[in-house]
Amino acid sequence: MIHFVLLISRQGKVRLTKWYSAYSQKERTKVIRELSGLILTRGPKLCNFVEWRGLRVVYKRYASLYFCMCIDEDDNELEILEIIHHYVEVLDRYFGSVCELDLIYNFHKIMMSTKVLVSE
Amino acid sequence: MSSSSVVSLIKVKQNPKRKKNTKNALPSPIQNFPRKFHLFYQSPTLKNLPNAKFHQITLNNQTPKSLSLHKSQMSGPSLMDSLFQRTLEDLIKGLRQQLIGEQAFISKALEEIRKEIKSTDLSTKSTALLKLCYLSNLHFHDMSFAAFHALEVLSSPRFSHKKIAYHAISLSFHDSTPVLLLITNHLRKDLTSTNEFEVSLSLQCLSRIANVDLARDLTPEVFTLLSSNKLYVRKRAVAVVLRVFEKYPDSVRVCFKRLVENLENYDPQILSAVVGVFSELACKDPRSYLPLAPEFYKILVDSKSNWISIKVLKIFAKLAPLEPRLANRVVEPICDLMRKTGAKSLLFECVRTVVTSFSEYESAVRLAVEKIREFLVDEDPNLKYLGLHALSIVASKHLWVVSENKEVLIKSLSDPDPNIKIESLRLVMAMVSEHNVAEISKVLVNYALKSDPLFCNEILGSILSTCSRNVYEIIVDFDWYVSLLGEMSRIPHCQMGEEIENQFIDIGLRVKDVRPELVRVARDLLIDPALLGNSFLHRVLSAAAWVSGEYVEFSRNPLEFMEALLQPRTSLLPPSIMAIYIQSAFKVLVFCLHTCFVRGGSTAGVSASASYESFDDLSVENGADSTVAHGQTCTSAPITNESIVNLLKLVELALSPLLGSHDVEVQERARNLLGFVDLIKLEALNSSGQEENDSERKGVEATKIIRLVHDAFSKELGPVSLTAQGKVPVPDGLTLNENLGDLETICGDIELPSSNTFSFGYPSEEKDVSSFSNLQIKEDSGQLNESTSLLAEHRKRHGLYYLPSGKSEVISNDYPPANDPALQGDNNDNASDLVKLTAESLVPKRKPNHSKPRPVVVKLDEVDEKPVAVKQLESRDDSLSGAVRDILFGSEDILPTSSRSNLPNSNRKGKKKQHMITQVESKENVVDDGNSSSRRRKDHSHGKERRHRKKNAEERNETDRKEKESSSNHPRRHKSRQRAEEPLKVPPQTSVIPDFLL
Repeated sequence: MIHFVLLISRQGKVRLTKWYSAYSQKERTKVIRELSGLILTRGPKLCNFVEWRGLRVVYKRYASLYFCMCIDEDDNELEILEIIHHYVEVLDRYFGSVCELDLIYNFHKIMMSTKVLVSE
Repeated sequence: MSSSSVVSLIKVKQNPKRKKNTKNALPSPIQNFPRKFHLFYQSPTLKNLPNAKFHQITLNNQTPKSLSLHKSQMSGPSLMDSLFQRTLEDLIKGLRQQLIGEQAFISKALEEIRKEIKSTDLSTKSTALLKLCYLSNLHFHDMSFAAFHALEVLSSPRFSHKKIAYHAISLSFHDSTPVLLLITNHLRKDLTSTNEFEVSLSLQCLSRIANVDLARDLTPEVFTLLSSNKLYVRKRAVAVVLRVFEKYPDSVRVCFKRLVENLENYDPQILSAVVGVFSELACKDPRSYLPLAPEFYKILVDSKSNWISIKVLKIFAKLAPLEPRLANRVVEPICDLMRKTGAKSLLFECVRTVVTSFSEYESAVRLAVEKIREFLVDEDPNLKYLGLHALSIVASKHLWVVSENKEVLIKSLSDPDPNIKIESLRLVMAMVSEHNVAEISKVLVNYALKSDPLFCNEILGSILSTCSRNVYEIIVDFDWYVSLLGEMSRIPHCQMGEEIENQFIDIGLRVKDVRPELVRVARDLLIDPALLGNSFLHRVLSAAAWVSGEYVEFSRNPLEFMEALLQPRTSLLPPSIMAIYIQSAFKVLVFCLHTCFVRGGSTAGVSASASYESFDDLSVENGADSTVAHGQTCTSAPITNESIVNLLKLVELALSPLLGSHDVEVQERARNLLGFVDLIKLEALNSSGQEENDSERKGVEATKIIRLVHDAFSKELGPVSLTAQGKVPVPDGLTLNENLGDLETICGDIELPSSNTFSFGYPSEEKDVSSFSNLQIKEDSGQLNESTSLLAEHRKRHGLYYLPSGKSEVISNDYPPANDPALQGDNNDNASDLVKLTAESLVPKRKPNHSKPRPVVVKLDEVDEKPVAVKQLESRDDSLSGAVRDILFGSEDILPTSSRSNLPNSNRKGKKKQHMITQVESKENVVDDGNSSSRRRKDHSHGKERRHRKKNAEERNETDRKEKESSSNHPRRHKSRQRAEEPLKVPPQTSVIPDFLL
């Protein structure tokens, strides 16, 4: 099960969040701070999985944007990587060639497409 | 993908806008100016139009909207404000360009939103809501105040408004949102709408916010949608079912059949959704879904989509352990899949399924291991990591696999990726056994020396925890382990001081044979002045100091210890550890004096207090009569009177500054020691200046003091179980809650120095002892554990009250209290258990057994063996799985009623036995009616369908009825009903499974 989806820029700015498990707003900020500290410091050519609070965070970097998904221990990490890639492709097809600014300015559309995608 | 249809819909609508604003980055104010002007000019004409229509224009034709940039920055009438509201896009742009600080800008925007959201115009409202969503999502601002407004927007007939409203609702609503009740009718309306996008919107929303009431009330609608002919809707309905089931298990009775029918659907989207739902359901309670195994099997074999296969594999991983014959059937297709698939994700899932659930199938495991090895040597760090992860799953059952890949593991310890390093470290630790522990630890310590501080400590921590597991189970050579501990504490990055400290003391207490080596290691640590500068090592040093004081009799050269303990650099230590140093110095000093005067001077004293006969090899050169060394150890620097005098001087020199210490503990202990030195000094000085026999005569009293103190210190400290207290039954006459007033007198006793207390064996020494007794008392308050005579005396007198306080003693002191024989002697009546415990655990095992290579490790049963938690096999949500079983098994009564009647109750074991019997029976059954079973199943399903429709109608009636009842007692009623049905459901289940499988 996917617990949440985060899009974080390399500077640690949040571009998109989507929560499928109950987190209070306070917890959310904490989660993001923790995770961006954890993920953004990882160098290139390391593996894309991070263990975090007994869950696993799968992340992938596209240009300056990190796509993170938090999943259960026994979920398939590679499948999640594929899903992230699929998502990026969808965004790309929708926006022509997608860039970070697109995501910033088209918040609600992204939200919609994320919703559609994750429910699949 | 049907998602593209919606996406493209939006795209067509809004494309022009996007191109204008996002690609041309941010328009400069100058560029904007004429447009604004133009807008102003135009607006009066627009104002005449009704609001709704105006907004229709703005939505279809994007120009006015995009022109309203920075509109709100202009002061204007209130109507203008609502007309020229800032859009989301303006908000985002403003946020990026703001100069007043992000927080200030957001709070301003929020203020605006609060105003706008109260507007009667739905368009304004929805835009405000959208902005609020943005702020809530990315800047985490509370949007619960807008809950009702979201509902208002929801009632709009326009799809674009609805979309925003649903979005806001699914973002912000939760079970305790007060207006949740009001949404039911909106949802119902949209669920039955003819517009499929509206339906899917409301379904999506339902999947996020459904609670018990919503799930119950909307079950009929969801049920209808489950067979919708629009795929787009149907797949979402399937997904919603998961949430509905979870919240309202009774809905299973209605929807389950349709859900199962969707398993046979050929559309990959729907199949994916259904399988997803089942894989989530099966995670919670796999047993209920065993009858669906044939369907899953078919999907597994036929599936073209990797993602679906992965989910089905997950289901089988849960089901297979429950039913061995199912595993038999499935293992082959999984292996096939593993061989031929190109997708790494699917491959990994196969591997994981095999190693978790099919670990007894040798060939499958071999194949999986082969694939794991491929992963391990792969360049991709992801695969490497997952390979290691899979390996750690195998490790629990097939340790040979890990040792086979040892080289790879050791190599990946130096991988650049910390995750891979940690994972491989875990694996390396998993293969540690008593044969290879030395070798592996050596390799790891070498790695620790080379690696970064973080990983270094990770390594050290795992070595420590692995070696100490189950009371040092895997350690055979404790001498080696103790020196390893010493070595580890010298590693520069080591921060495991606390753990090493604990193990030093623990081993010292538990393993008698290792003490000489322990003392040697402690000496090496103490004597090195450089180590005192490292604050991480202070804990280790404190343990070393304690060991040196406690087991000083094993030392080759106690004088060396004194110097080490009193060296000037000890001032770097924190006070608490300083206090331990001083106390240890006290012990060592007493030992030195004892060997010098008591044992060297009077042979009677030696034989009387010969507690360490094997080690009385200390040659005391008090003249020319050096005793013959006949032990393993040999004192290199003999203790002479001269050295004693030096020692006393050293003590005075080192400790006198500490008398003014701010720390109470340090000050007090320093004072104790100095007081003792004062007592002794006179005699020691005399004896050094005078003749032998003269000193002997004069020093009789001092000698007695020394002996007394030495006896107090030489009592062995044994480990005491933390739970020992609990084993002592409360005596009949004792009421623990009352009589606390008696404490007063007991405590008063401790404070009152009665000569009686100290005349334990020496009643004649009134004068000397009383001066010493003050000393002793002072020390007592800090260190109950040291003065055994006091304790023993006290125990004698207040045995009844003593036991309860024994526990607090264990907790308050770092080290367990002395194991006093007086306890065994006097408290037999009410402490028999405790005595038995100490007698059992300490006395017989203490005897060094030289024939065995491994020294005896003292164990206390209650603490060291953790109680094995009895796993409850009961499923987590009884009601849901109960309902599922009801549907799956309820209507297929093949089993004769006679066998059902003699079924035991819901005891699981009983069930299993029954299972075995019925399996055999039903096998025969199946052979008899051959392949008619499938036909019969179909008939059943038809019949069921009809029954379900009827049931459905009934359900509605029932829900109506239920609504009238108070909601609070509903779940309880429901549950009890469920429980009542449970025993009836069980027997059909056991009989049906084999039928499906063969």
